[in-house]
Amino acid sequence: MEKFTVVTGRAVPLRRSNVDTDQIIPAEYLKRITRTGFADGLFAAWRKDPSFVLNDHRYDGATVLLAGPDFGTGSSREHAVWALQDHGFRAVIAPRFGDIFRGNSTKAGLLPVVLPEEVVTSLQDLAEADPATEVTVDLQARQVRAGVVVAEFVIDDYTRWRLLEGLDDIGLTLRHADDITSFESARATWLPTTA
Amino acid sequence: MGRTLAEKVWDAHVVRTADNEPDLLYVDLHLIHEVTSPQAFDGLRAAGRVVRRPDLTIATEDHNVPTTDGPIDDPVSRQQIEALRKNCAEFGVRLHPMGDANQGIVHVIGPQLGLTQPGMTVVCGDSHTSTHGAFGALAFGIGTSEVEHVLATQTLPLQRPKTMAVEVVGELPAGVTAKDLILGVITRIGTGGGQGHVIEYRGDAIRALSMEGRMTICNMSIEAGARAGMVAPDETTFAFLEGRAHAPTGDDWDAAVAHWRSLVTDDDAVFDRVVTIDASELSPWVTWGTNPGQGAALSSEVPDPQSFTDPSERVAAERALAYMALAPGTRLRDVAVDTVFVGSCTNGRIEDLRVVADVLRGRRVADSVQMLVVPGSVAVAEQAEREGLHEVFTAAGAQWRRAGCSMCLAMNADKLRPGERSASTSNRNFEGRQGPGGRTHLVSPAVAAATAVTGRLTAPADL
Repeated sequence: MEKFTVVTGRAVPLRRSNVDTDQIIPAEYLKRITRTGFADGLFAAWRKDPSFVLNDHRYDGATVLLAGPDFGTGSSREHAVWALQDHGFRAVIAPRFGDIFRGNSTKAGLLPVVLPEEVVTSLQDLAEADPATEVTVDLQARQVRAGVVVAEFVIDDYTRWRLLEGLDDIGLTLRHADDITSFESARATWLPTTA
Repeated sequence: MGRTLAEKVWDAHVVRTADNEPDLLYVDLHLIHEVTSPQAFDGLRAAGRVVRRPDLTIATEDHNVPTTDGPIDDPVSRQQIEALRKNCAEFGVRLHPMGDANQGIVHVIGPQLGLTQPGMTVVCGDSHTSTHGAFGALAFGIGTSEVEHVLATQTLPLQRPKTMAVEVVGELPAGVTAKDLILGVITRIGTGGGQGHVIEYRGDAIRALSMEGRMTICNMSIEAGARAGMVAPDETTFAFLEGRAHAPTGDDWDAAVAHWRSLVTDDDAVFDRVVTIDASELSPWVTWGTNPGQGAALSSEVPDPQSFTDPSERVAAERALAYMALAPGTRLRDVAVDTVFVGSCTNGRIEDLRVVADVLRGRRVADSVQMLVVPGSVAVAEQAEREGLHEVFTAAGAQWRRAGCSMCLAMNADKLRPGERSASTSNRNFEGRQGPGGRTHLVSPAVAAATAVTGRLTAPADL
């Protein structure tokens, strides 16, 4: 996983609430068995509308998405995270996230940043007024900065450390393989197996 | 202080806990399907890892499978199914492929086989894994990175969730079903209402539900933002499980039931949040918008976006009505549909099909409507055929299909065409969910059947 420390870049204002993962990437694209190459599916239905913000070339190369409340609700498809990353996004800032999307993001190295709705709206205003506005997402300092806006965000120590170091979760867990084995030896014998 | 059901199940599965770290939680059952697993198996291969507990893992084919006879036409879908078969063979995972007697939607076959039991932790790369919470299991959907993690370690590092009680007091009126209840709950608390929480559904109206009804409720917890929903196990649960293929037997059964009886929230336990719903105030419920929280009583009208005080809800309602091509003030009973879909992990079980058959018996599906009835599993299909339900469906003019996810998410050939409108017993009315440009109204099986008869959103009592 790529390390995440500080990311500075243009930001796309997506002023919609309840953007579900079916909108981020429709089911049709989920038939692929690779982990990359999903950028063409990102917001596929909405991108057919020429006025959709992602079709505005002034935001080309953006690395931050400024989304509305309840971003990433619905399906558990991690493809939604991969599609955002394949497009170039490194962080999504929103007032609220769907739980599974949020978890998937931190596993794959996309940083979900929760900020109050009024702060996200101010950032969207800035990015809309001047698409060249640069937004800095600083995981080290747990801070978002853009123009006059400086906002602190909350993220638990463990997830922050894992993202800063770019660590593989499975590798970390396997350090505790003995604990897993010992837990297994104490499980009730009547629990079902698929064997 | 006492503990909630969710806390008891959580505590019993903590492999390791440490300050400033997530708990490492053991997984009792890992369900696999073709869509969210191929990249996880690739990850194992790349790292030279094996599946730690293939004996706690089971796979089925559901999302891509056709519901008509014959092979998969779409080469990309076929490739995904073939990848699952190859991965299961290579890593020693039991698979129920198309044509197998136990094939079906992953959340239908787990309970059907007796693999889902009270007090277990159950995960799957699918958000509707919350279904299994109906048994008093802690069950939730995970992403592909987590699928790989569970395959490799049989555990997941997780932050302890908050707890939320949805207390459903009173009795559901006649003609009001579990689906109406959960749609009503989601309208009330919103699509983000359960974020960060495990919901426990409690109260007399929940206790009175069958296991099928409880599965419908828990299934849609994710639509209320909660990764998991639970119902404490009781005699209804034990009666459902006894005699199933993987349920314990003999002394093991007695030991298991003794343990299961302890899986209740203690009287002095405290939930982080409590929502109380009066069941007697509920009625047949439908959605009018493009998220499951945008719902209303079938007897009411399409709301005016200006009636929403929250600005983002107002904008969302405006967008939704434009997409749905609905005008504020339209009576929901006047909304005409082209397609009725009965099926999915929400409402594709035998009890759902019986309700639909009861409405359709002696009636005809309207000429303007195509109706698909898709059983949740091969076993459900066989049971329905033993009861002659398929003859009721076909005599009414509905299509009796093969088991799979089908038009719930339109990954197979069953899709709405652009602009088409459905009444659907599935779980998501998102834009394009049932096919690009398609418009979905979420309904109960009873409302779906009555709607098929009239061609407009209708409850059986209106017939």
